[in-house]
Order: sequence, then C-alpha cells, then structure tokens
Amino acid sequence: MTATELATGALALNFIIGHAMPDPYATDRLLPSGWSPSLADHLARLGPMPRTTPAQLAGLLQAAGLLGRGGAGFPTGRKVSAVAAAVISKRLPAVVVANCCEGDPTSLKDRVLVERSPHLVIDGALHAAEALGADRVVLAVHDDSPARFALAAALAERPQTSCEVTVVEIPDRYIASEATALVRYLNSGDARPAGRLVPIWETGVGGRPTLVDNAETLAQLALIARFGTGWFGAVGTATEPGTSLITVGGAVQRPGVVEVAHGTPLASVLGRAGAPSAGWALLGGLAGRWVDLSAVAGVGFSTAELAAAGGTRGVGSIIVLPPGGCVLGETARILRYHADAGARQCGPCMFGLPAIAADMIALGSGDRGALDRLRRRLPVINGRGGCGHPDGAVALAASALAVLTTRESGHLHQHLTGGGCQAQPVVVPLGWASAPRPGAPSRPAGSAIINSTGRHS
Amino acid sequence: MDTQILWFASRATGAVSLVLFTAVMVLGILTAGRAGFAGFPRAAVLRLHRTLSLTAVAFLAVHIVSAIADGYVDLNYWDVIIPFGAGWDPFWIGLGSVAVDLLIAIGITSALRRHLSPTLWRVVHFSAYAMWPLALLHGWGNSGGDGQETWLIVIDIVCVAAVLASLAYRLRPDRHPDTLARRTAQVVHPVRDTGADR
Amino acid sequence: MITRSRTEVTLRVDPIACRAHGLCAEEMPEAITLDEWGYPILPGGPLPPELVRRARAAAAACPVLALRLEQRRR
Repeated sequence: MTATELATGALALNFIIGHAMPDPYATDRLLPSGWSPSLADHLARLGPMPRTTPAQLAGLLQAAGLLGRGGAGFPTGRKVSAVAAAVISKRLPAVVVANCCEGDPTSLKDRVLVERSPHLVIDGALHAAEALGADRVVLAVHDDSPARFALAAALAERPQTSCEVTVVEIPDRYIASEATALVRYLNSGDARPAGRLVPIWETGVGGRPTLVDNAETLAQLALIARFGTGWFGAVGTATEPGTSLITVGGAVQRPGVVEVAHGTPLASVLGRAGAPSAGWALLGGLAGRWVDLSAVAGVGFSTAELAAAGGTRGVGSIIVLPPGGCVLGETARILRYHADAGARQCGPCMFGLPAIAADMIALGSGDRGALDRLRRRLPVINGRGGCGHPDGAVALAASALAVLTTRESGHLHQHLTGGGCQAQPVVVPLGWASAPRPGAPSRPAGSAIINSTGRHS
Repeated sequence: MDTQILWFASRATGAVSLVLFTAVMVLGILTAGRAGFAGFPRAAVLRLHRTLSLTAVAFLAVHIVSAIADGYVDLNYWDVIIPFGAGWDPFWIGLGSVAVDLLIAIGITSALRRHLSPTLWRVVHFSAYAMWPLALLHGWGNSGGDGQETWLIVIDIVCVAAVLASLAYRLRPDRHPDTLARRTAQVVHPVRDTGADR
Repeated sequence: MITRSRTEVTLRVDPIACRAHGLCAEEMPEAITLDEWGYPILPGGPLPPELVRRARAAAAACPVLALRLEQRRR
C-alpha cells in the first residue's frame, strides 16, 4: 500500500468512526493556526490517544522513521527499544523525561510548541510512559521559562494522569539540558553531564531505565500514535518522512518558527521568513555550520540533504547574517560562549575551548599564527570531552575556518592585514547566559509563528 | 628453635617494617601531590610505592610469625587481628592488631580496586593515616623494654620527620591548572538542593 | 584446525575522572601522548597484541583509575 492509500484509508476509517484526522498533506501538524492550548480544543481536534505496548510503540516509531528533534537525530524507535529492554533485564520501572528546556539560544521551536500545543507534548510523554510501564514522567524546563507556565497550566487541566507527571525546573545553563545532565540533576541537583560510561537508558533517574526525548519528538510521537505511519509519511521524503519545526532568525523580515515537510527547499523556508537570497547563515544552532544561502537555496531540509551540502540539521535553527556580516566575529563570540558554558569537568573542554575561542579572536585581530594553532588544536580537542559539547564547538570552528579560507578568503585577508571589519558581530542570539552587549538582540521575545502565507500568527 | 633468635628477629623485622611502611606512606603522599622529576618520574614514584608496600607486608608477616612462634609471650594468631585480647601487653599489641586490620582492608580494596567504587577505595586507603601512627605507637609502647631503646627512638623520630615533611609538601596550596579549573565549576554550576531522594 | 578468537583491547579514558596526572603517558609513551594541557591522547583503535601488557601497566598507573582497558571478543 502506498502512503497515499494508507492515509486515505485511515481518513475514511476515522470518518466512519466519527472523528476526522487532520489532513495528512497539510504541514501544519504541530502548530496549526487558530488552535488554542486548552485540553478541550486539543481533544476535539485530535481525538483520544490509543493504548499501546512497548513492542508496538518501538515498532511504530521505527516504521515511521522518527528521528530525535533535540539535535542528535537519534532514531526514537531504537531509543524506546533500548529502554524497554533495560526495563525487562533490570526489572525496574522506567522514567520518561520530556526535554522542553531548549538550551540552544538560537532555537525557539520547543518554546512555541509547548506554549501552543502543551497537550501534544504531554500526550507523547504519557504514551511513551504507558508503553514502557513507567511510573514517572518529568517535564524538564528552565527556571521561570514561559514553557514552565504553559505546562503547569496544561497539567492542571489533567488531574488524573496514568502516572505521576511533574514539571521540574532546570538551572538556566546551556549544558544543563544535555540528556545525562538532566538525569544527574534529577538525581543529585548537579546539572552537569555525567559522561558516556553509564548509559541512561539502563541507569538513569533513580538508577532506573530512563527515556529522555525532546519536546518536539514527543509531540510527533503523539501524532504518529494516533494517526499511524501512513499518515505521518504522507509528507516528507522517503528516508525522512514527516515534518519538523524550524526557527528562522537573524537578519530576516519575519523571524519566527515554521513547520515544514522534510525535503522542502531551504529557499522556500527562508522566503517565508523574508530572508535575503544570498549571504551567510548559521544552520543547526550554536554547534552548527555556516552555509552560503545562495548555494543551499535548492537543498531540501532533511538530515541527509543538509549534511551532503555541508550543513547540519542540529536544533533546526537558521540564523541569517546581514550583508557584510562577519562569520569570523560571530564565530569568535559563539566560541567564547561555548567556553563559558562548559561544565568544568574535563580537560579538553576546560582548556581547549577557551584556547580556540582566544585563537579565533586573535585571528580577527590579525594574528596569523592563530590559524595554525586552530588547525592544530581542533582535531586534538574533538571527541575527547566528557560529552558532545566540545565537539559542537569544534565543528562550528572548523566550518568557520573552511568558509574563511575559501569563499571568504578576501575578508580573512582583510582581518589578517590588520584591517578588521566594520561588521558588528552581534547577530547570533546568545540568550541570557552571555554578557549583554548594548544594542545586541537578546533571545527573541514572543512566540511568533510564521505560517504558510508568510504571515505571523 | 632458640627463642632468643625468634625474639630478636621479631624486633628487627618490626623495625624494618616500620621503616618500609614509612617509605610507603611518604611515596603515597608524594604520588597524590603529583611529585616527580626528570630522573624519577611520577609513574616511578607510584610503582615504588606499590612495590615497597608488598615488601613491607612481607617483613610484617615475618615480624608477626616470629613473635608468635617464639613462645615466650602469650600471643596467638587470633590476637593478630582481634585487638586488645592478648595475654601479654594487650594494649600495645592491640594497637598493632588494629593497624593490621586496617592494612588488610587497604590491601584487599587495592587489589580489587577496579571492581569497587572509587569513593570506597579512597576512604579505606585514607585509613593509612591511622594505620601508620598506630604501627609507630605499637613499636614504641610495647613493654619488652625495647620500645624505649635509643636506636628505636631514633628510627621513630626519623620516620615521623619524613612523614611530616612529605605532608608539608602535600598540603601546600594546589595550583595545578586542572584543580583550579574544576574549582570554578562550583561557582558556575552550583549544586542545588533538590530534595531528590527518589 | 583450531581457530582462535581474538580479543581486541582498546584503551579508553574517562575524561571527567582524568586529572592530568600524566602517569599513563610516562608508562607507555609509544602509544599515549599528552595534549598541550596535560590530558592523554589515546590511539583510536585496538592495540597491537605486543602492547597490551604495557597498556595494562598504564591503566594500573593511573592514580584516579580514569584509564581503562576495553576488551571485545572477535
């Protein structure tokens, strides 16, 4: 059966049962316009969640090809299987953690999702909890974040849940929303990554098998559970079905969050946001890659296509630099942020990240030796940290070097000969964890959604 | 066998054990203090610490066995590990027994180190700071009259001086970059009291 | 014919436990080097069999047990 036939059949079946499923070909699945966050509206639109078992859920997710939306892109079905296996072998109930923190300051999608559709995220978390026999669900948010209030209000509408659901506030640090850091914080109040030796799907919160999933992943899971893999895959690509939320920011006319089907050309995404058609953009977040907008206009938004074009999906954000924006200056600022954001518990991060940040700043001031030092240090730091944090900083720095030594070599020459540049490198938002600079845009306020007509809602 | 020889052997090996355990203490303290130089690197300090500890245990075994085999005083093998029950000089012998108990714990945890929690190993290993003075006092106080002999007093003073000197080295402010960098974590990532007891 | 199963031994370090004592590199300079900040850079893949004994010594030399040997049967 083709996806079309499956979707049509499911549509018909739902019609017969008396409940219409959302149009599978529409891409406004997670954030339909005009949808209120109340439980009554949520159920009226989508109907109830079905029951499930561990094998059913893992199989469903694997067939749907759902990938994590938190940045790592790990197949969600495999994660659920691993936790389910640990529940059996350790004879302990699981814990489900919904990661609604969104630590990357370039990304707004989780906040918008949680404010608009908190029940979808809670549905996904509870469904996974039911499948895994978990007796506890944690909704992790940063201190005093808008998401915290949205989730608390949504939970108040659900006094009877199948297991204990609590909203837990996490310290507002970039590293604190890393999966093992969340688990460690819940166990001991220490919000720092716990390393790669003890896998959290076996030994996590309270020593129990723990599933940590991004808010958007759980929302997608809730839709797949209701409407099936055929419906899910009616849009998107063959290798990556479905939709994703993308944050577009920086020097664009209509910054905000948009939901697109995988495979949608970047030019279409950027056009809706009113972005220029040329220039540099940071793709994937603070641990992302620099891409030339004119070169990637035709590249579809999907993990495979972006990687092939020298980009990365990351946290699904695109920050566009204005004409004349300085990749070097922005990168130096982001590397300094990465250096400050580290957990201070492993050598490559404690010493390597400040070193490459200083090198990038020195490069901007005309130090030619800095280029050699960067080339020497980046491969040494890569892969040797206690978590993936230094790897992200290294990848960003390497991407910047590639840009500066090829397409932007003229601009680099300008820096090296002491000319510097006129650009004010304050475009990429670094949130409140970095020192505020006058006139610098802080974390974008408001939960703007760019809908299909390019209008804000 | 002439019990006089056994008695002398026990005293002599006791003194040698003390000197060796003092060297082991000093080398252990120096290892933790990151001491080492070009001719004698840190790995060598650690290796010598471990090797000498085995040598010291060997001499200690001879010390214990010869003291018991020589039937002159009322000691049996239980008194080696159960303190303060000996028929002769129970207090000062008992100090030695406590030291032996701690040594057994240190030895077992070190042999099985890879399979134990790091904290457990560290706590037990730290009891060396109790074991060593107990051994010293045991040697000084036992009332065969030998404890107060000049040569033994001199050895005691030299051993105490060596350990105090290495502690002075160890307790100087830690300026290693790794220590300083990790300390900043407490400021940047303060641990919260979440009341998490689940 | 007897087929022998090989055991692959790889050196692994726990970066969070590592305190840059550097004893591992002193024990086994042919395989372990220190980066400019004193932290070990390990060979990526399985060790040649003749180096396994030295690797065990290097792992035993670590005062904080950050260096371990990972064994995989092939």
